[in-house]
Parts: sequence; structure tokens; C-alpha cells
Amino acid sequence: MRVFRELLRRPLALFGVVIILLVLLLALSAPWLAPYAPDEQLFEGLSLEGAPLPPNAQFWLGTDTLGRDLLSRVMYGARTSLLIGLVANGMAVTLGLLVGMTAGYARGVVGAILMRFTDLMMAFPALLLAIVLAALLRPSLWIVALVIALVNWVQVARIAFTETSALAERDFILAERSLGAGHARIVGLHIAPHLVSTAIVWGTLGIATTVLLEATLSFLGIGVQPPEPSWGNIIFESQSYFTAAPWLVFFPGIAILLTALSFNLVGDALRDILDPTQRGRG
Amino acid sequence: MIVEAVTAPVLSVQDLWVEARTPNGLRPILEDVSFTLAPRETLCLAGESGSGKSVTSLAIMRLLPKSSLRVARGSIQLSGRDLLSLSEAEMRKVRGGDVAMIFQEPMTSLNPVMTIGAQMSEAIRIHQGVGEQEALARSKDMLDAVHITDPARRLRQYPHELSGGMRQRVMIGMALSCRPKVLIADEPTTALDVRVQAQILRLMRELSADFGTSTILITHDMGVVAEMADRVVMMKTGRIVETSPVDDIFLCPKAAYTRELLSAVPRLGERKGTDGPPVLSAEREPVQKDAAAPVLVVRDLNVSFQQPGSLLGPRPAPVQAVKDVSFSIPAGQTLGLVGESGSGKSTTGKAIANLIPWTGDILVGGRSIRNLSTRELKAVRRKVQMIFQDPYASLDPRMSVGALIAEPLAIHGIGSRREREERVAQVLQQVRLSPDHRTRYPHEFSGGQRQRICIARALILEPELIIADESVAALDVSVRAQVLDLMLELQESLGLAYLFISHDMAIIERMSHAVAVMRYGRIVEIGSRREVFENPREVYTRELMDAVPIPDPTFARSKRRQGLLVSDEAI
Repeated sequence: MRVFRELLRRPLALFGVVIILLVLLLALSAPWLAPYAPDEQLFEGLSLEGAPLPPNAQFWLGTDTLGRDLLSRVMYGARTSLLIGLVANGMAVTLGLLVGMTAGYARGVVGAILMRFTDLMMAFPALLLAIVLAALLRPSLWIVALVIALVNWVQVARIAFTETSALAERDFILAERSLGAGHARIVGLHIAPHLVSTAIVWGTLGIATTVLLEATLSFLGIGVQPPEPSWGNIIFESQSYFTAAPWLVFFPGIAILLTALSFNLVGDALRDILDPTQRGRG
Repeated sequence: MIVEAVTAPVLSVQDLWVEARTPNGLRPILEDVSFTLAPRETLCLAGESGSGKSVTSLAIMRLLPKSSLRVARGSIQLSGRDLLSLSEAEMRKVRGGDVAMIFQEPMTSLNPVMTIGAQMSEAIRIHQGVGEQEALARSKDMLDAVHITDPARRLRQYPHELSGGMRQRVMIGMALSCRPKVLIADEPTTALDVRVQAQILRLMRELSADFGTSTILITHDMGVVAEMADRVVMMKTGRIVETSPVDDIFLCPKAAYTRELLSAVPRLGERKGTDGPPVLSAEREPVQKDAAAPVLVVRDLNVSFQQPGSLLGPRPAPVQAVKDVSFSIPAGQTLGLVGESGSGKSTTGKAIANLIPWTGDILVGGRSIRNLSTRELKAVRRKVQMIFQDPYASLDPRMSVGALIAEPLAIHGIGSRREREERVAQVLQQVRLSPDHRTRYPHEFSGGQRQRICIARALILEPELIIADESVAALDVSVRAQVLDLMLELQESLGLAYLFISHDMAIIERMSHAVAVMRYGRIVEIGSRREVFENPREVYTRELMDAVPIPDPTFARSKRRQGLLVSDEAI
């Protein structure tokens, strides 16, 4: 509760919280608030020449090339994108932290094997891996999240490994060992808390990259399947019309940007609030 | 060397104020600092950490970090030129040309990927405008002047191929190669072993006489002050408290702070004619433990390190860090383990605390800890606790002090929550901290307080033996004396035994009942403190003691005359 109150006291973090809540609200209430169904191709949604309409009184954000209402698609897309962003990224960060911490603390043969495997994954083109995984498993929202997590955990593992091995060398870890502390205690109480800031930074920064990776996968036809909208596939569907109908890229782009920024702002604030060495400073 | 008062000063600093930018506005770091430096004089800036001595030298070099510190007012005159009004381009010519500087850490102040020759000749080429061949030849002459053997070969070597002492010689050679008027040496020997320190100090004295350089020597060590200084500027929290000739500082100090500091410095030879450390609690009867039963026995301890190899390649031969070390510590007594860096003294401590693999035998309370199960080992760990060197690094910064001190009890599953809290309050009082400090975090404490917290963590398990590995080396002199006294009092009241590991002979002399001297992983001499200090059998032990700078200028001069110092060839 203290953490939440401190969050609200910082103007930038407050801004982030408000935006996130707003996006969440819009996503959850899409079936009731959205003016149209996301996949409904409206006759009045296209001009007489068959071109998409720019924002107007009826279609607030305009329409896309098939005459679908962009506002409704962005609202429904938020459901997919947030889900992918939070779930896939959460899985990636968790997996990366576990592998990195284990390798960094255990070192030796276990550490070497884990990290060589991580390096191998890193050297492997992420997209190729995603394509293979997506081809093996039938694409669905959850499978897409899993695929993204399996691609994205690698960087987190690298960073967690570096930080853990630096921490393991610090004197206070030696001091804990001299007291008779077991491995579980050292890793759980004395190493993991130091990785909180890494986890938060990746947890928030990663959301933006995850949303974009999902868009790439969608574009290749192995992500979220059309006509179901996601912010990513809305952009990719319309990018070739960018000069003629910029609003099609602009609005979902703004949505991704604002959401990612808000998560970053909140993440930054959380990192400071959770770090006791920052308290009572200044 | 007495300096004529009439000669014009080479450097004069007048009314220097330096301010720091903090979130709460400007805060003065240096206040009203004024001093002069006469030709060929050695002036010591002495004081504890935070006294402003390094800031003063950086201000003279105009190397203050621009983002946080700035000179508010004052003047710095070098042979009549105001350094503060020079342009940055003119200042670059002064740096390394007229004023040269040597830093504390000779490893980090040399570029690791450039040869010695390239680094030295670069400075000479920039400031003297000579060609590469000529610059290399002059570099070679300078290496000769700082007594480095085989200078032609050294020029082609990289910094990591040289020892710490040699690297500092190279730094001195580089600093003097352009014949500066002023040499600023910021703790030049603090990172070096005591025998190397003695050599470097002697070299600096010789060279400043040969080259006619004036020297500003920044140091916290009053022994170094006594050996080197003509005059002394004592600083405390950004102000000068006293400026006096070196004899006056030691014989009739004017400032109360100087007297305090001097009384806190342990002097080698102070405990002559006694068998143990001073008894501090006169009214209390010291706890007498059965001295016949040793709390720790070490037999033929060997430690070797496997050097890291590649996953599949051949394994390199292990390095043996400790060889056949044997000793015992009676209950309630202190064994001082002394030696230079790399002698294996810390490794011995870590092996006894079972932090690294070892062979041989270690008996705690008469029971061998070899082949014990994890659970039995945990019980033994309660009896043997360790305090580390750096109190800033040995406490988890993310835990509150209360949680840190209670943690040993949690690890060993002792007591209920309430009992633990009571114990924490109790040990905090034992180490003279307030129980209210429990909720705070380590970064809110000073170095001395943090070391008390570390001692409290060790005490809470009621150990019989505490291994103190350079436990006061990171602390200022006055704080160091307080922590040492606390350790002695705890020994008296609780009957603790210490394995006291240190490189500082004077501290070892103050703390120990018995002393072991280590070199190259072996114990070269072991005996009662009286035997080892008053009648050493080994030449090496004597050399170690002779090299210690004594905080007494008259003694330092007589020692210099008798040539008691270690010869260059010995190392």
C-alpha cells in the first residue's frame, strides 16, 4: 500500500498509472463501448471510390481499407496486445531471471551449459525460431505468447547472469556464507532483491518490443489470426497505405507508444521506491 | 632540511573556497584554505577521509569534476601566475609540465593496453616537443633514475607485467620526466606493502632533492608524515586546523584535533615489555577461560586454487596459496596473523571459516571439522564467526540493520521472533549502537558504525572465535582506535578469542597475545608477541618492522641516518 501511495505522489508515475488504467478499461469494456463490431465491414465505411475514410463524426478514428471502424478495432486490439504484452513478457522475464540467476550463482559446469545454451539461442535468428515454433504448434493467442516468451527470455538471462555473478563476488554474500546461510536463502533473500530493478526495467521496456514482435508474427501470418485485431497487425495491414491513409498507422502507433511509455514511467518509479538505498537521499 | 623563510614560494594558495552542488543547494567543501609551498620543500596535507585534502590537490590541478564541484573564490598562484584565470589550453601545459601528479592506485592510473615506453614518451613528447627516439631515450633515463632494473626491457613491457612498487616507480618517473616545479602525490604509497612503501618514500625524498622539485604529499598516515614532511598542514572537514613545521606537529601540537589524532595512532613498540593487549576494563574482573584448552587448532593447512581453464581444454596447474600452516589459539586470546599482500593470510582465514576448500585438519573446540555433515558443520559455524575488511561491502544494502543482525539467528533457527528482537537490541548495545537504529539501512551509517554492525552480527551467535580479516583497514585512524578498543573490551567481557589478520604491524602489536608472520603462503615465524616483536628470529620479520613509518620525526631522521631501511635488492 505504501508503494502505491508513493507511486501516486510522483507526477510522471501518476500519469503512467492513469494511462494504463484507461487502456485497461477500454480493453475490458470494448464489447459494450465499441461503436461497431471489430470485423464488421461497413458499407458507409468506404468512400464512393472505395477508399478508407479519415476521422470524422461517425468514425472518430476513421476506417480501414475494408471499411471497418478503426476505433473499434483499436479497442479490441488492446485486449490482444495487452494480453500478449503482459503474459508473454512476464513469462520471458521470469524464465530469463531463473536461468540467469541459476547460471550466475552455480557457475561451474551447470552455469557453463546454461549460458552456452543461452548464447546459442541468442545467435539463432529470433524470427526463424518463432516461425518454426509457430509452424509446429497451431497458432492461437496463447501459443503466440509462448512463442514470444521463448524468443525474448534470452536477453534477460544474459543480464541476470552478469548481475548475479557480480553480486556473488560481493563481500556480503561471502559474509552470509560465513554465517552458515544455505543457497536458497542467499539466492532468495540476498540476490533476487537486487535483480528487482532489472526485472522491472525489462518487464516494462519489454512490453513495447513484445507488442511489435507480435505484430511481425501477425504480418507473417503466424501471429494473431485475422480478422481478430491486434495493434500490431492493424499497423502491418495498413502500412502500405501509409501516405494515403496515415491515420491507420498513426492511431494504433500512438496506442503502442503511450502504453509502452506509461509502463516505463511506472517501472522507473517502482524501481526507485523499492530500493532502500534511494530512501532518505537527496 | 630547513627552508629559508625569505625565498618566494613556488605555489601559494590563498583563501580557497570550493563548493559542492547538492540537491539542497551549494555546500562548502573547502573553507578558507591557505598555504604556501617553498622551493624544494615537502609539504604534507594530512587528515582523515572527508577532510578535503584530495579536493585541494584537484583544485590546484583544475581537475575538479565540473558537474559537482566548483571553486567559489580564492587564488592559486604558481610562481606568480594565477592558475584559476588561465584558459583550459594554457592549463593543459601546466598539468604534467609545471605541476605533475601521482595517484594512489598505480594499476589504474596506467593505461593497461599501452607499453610503459609509449606512455612515458607520450608525456615527454607533448610537453618538451622532442622526437620519438629522443623521448624514448629520456624515458629510459627516467626509469634509471627511479631505480628500475633493465630499463630498456621495461619500456617494451605492459603495466600488468610490473609489480605494484615498480608501477608506482614508473608513475613517479613519468611525473618527474618534465622536471615539474611542483609534484603532487595523493596517497602514493597507501596501496603498497610496507617494505615497498619504505622504498618508494626514500626514492621520492632522493628525487625531490636531485630534481629540486617541491612536493605536496597527501596522506592519512602520520608515520608517513613524520618520515617525509618539512611542514604539515592538518585538515579536518574542509578547514585547515593547524600549519606547523613537522617537529612541532609531533612534539607540541597546537590544535586539539592534532593531539587527538596522534593519540589514536598505534605506535610500533608501544607495548614493549608486556605479554598481552592493554586491559581496558580495570574495575571488571576479566573472564578467565581455561587457557590450556585451545579453541582452534590448525594442522598442516593447505589451500590451492584451481585457475579457471576453458570448458574442454587442459586444466592449468593449481596455485598453492597456503602451505603447511599450523597453529593454535587458546580460548580468550588473540593470534595476530601478519604478512604482506599475497602472503596467504586472508586465504588462511577463509579456509578456517570453511568458505573455500582446504586440506589438512582444523579442530574447533577439540573437534575436527573435516568430513562433517552439513548439519554438524552449521553447529560449528556458530562458534566461529568472521568480520570482513570492507564494512561498506559486507552488509546487504537492501536489508534493514535489524534484519541483518537477526539473520544469523534465523539461519540457525534460534529463538522466537520476540526473543530475536530482544537479542538484537542487546547486541546493539554491546557494540555501542542504539537499539533505535534497527529500522535503518546500512547506507545511512558511517564506516565505523557499519563495522560495529558487522561485529554485532558476529556476536549474536555467541561465538568462541572471531576471525577479523583486515577489519579496521578501511577505517580512519580515530574510528579505527575506537573499533579496536571495542574488540578488546568484548574479548575481556565475553572471553572471545580472535584470529586477527592484518598487514599493519602496529595494530597487530596492540591486539595480539601471539603472532604468526606469513610469507609466500607459509608461516615463517610464530611465537608470543613479546618474542616476535622484541626479539625476532627471522630477517624478514625485522625488515617488516623496520619498514613501518614511525610517527616521530626525530626517530625517522635517526633511522634514515643509520640506513636501517630495506635495501632495494631485498624485494
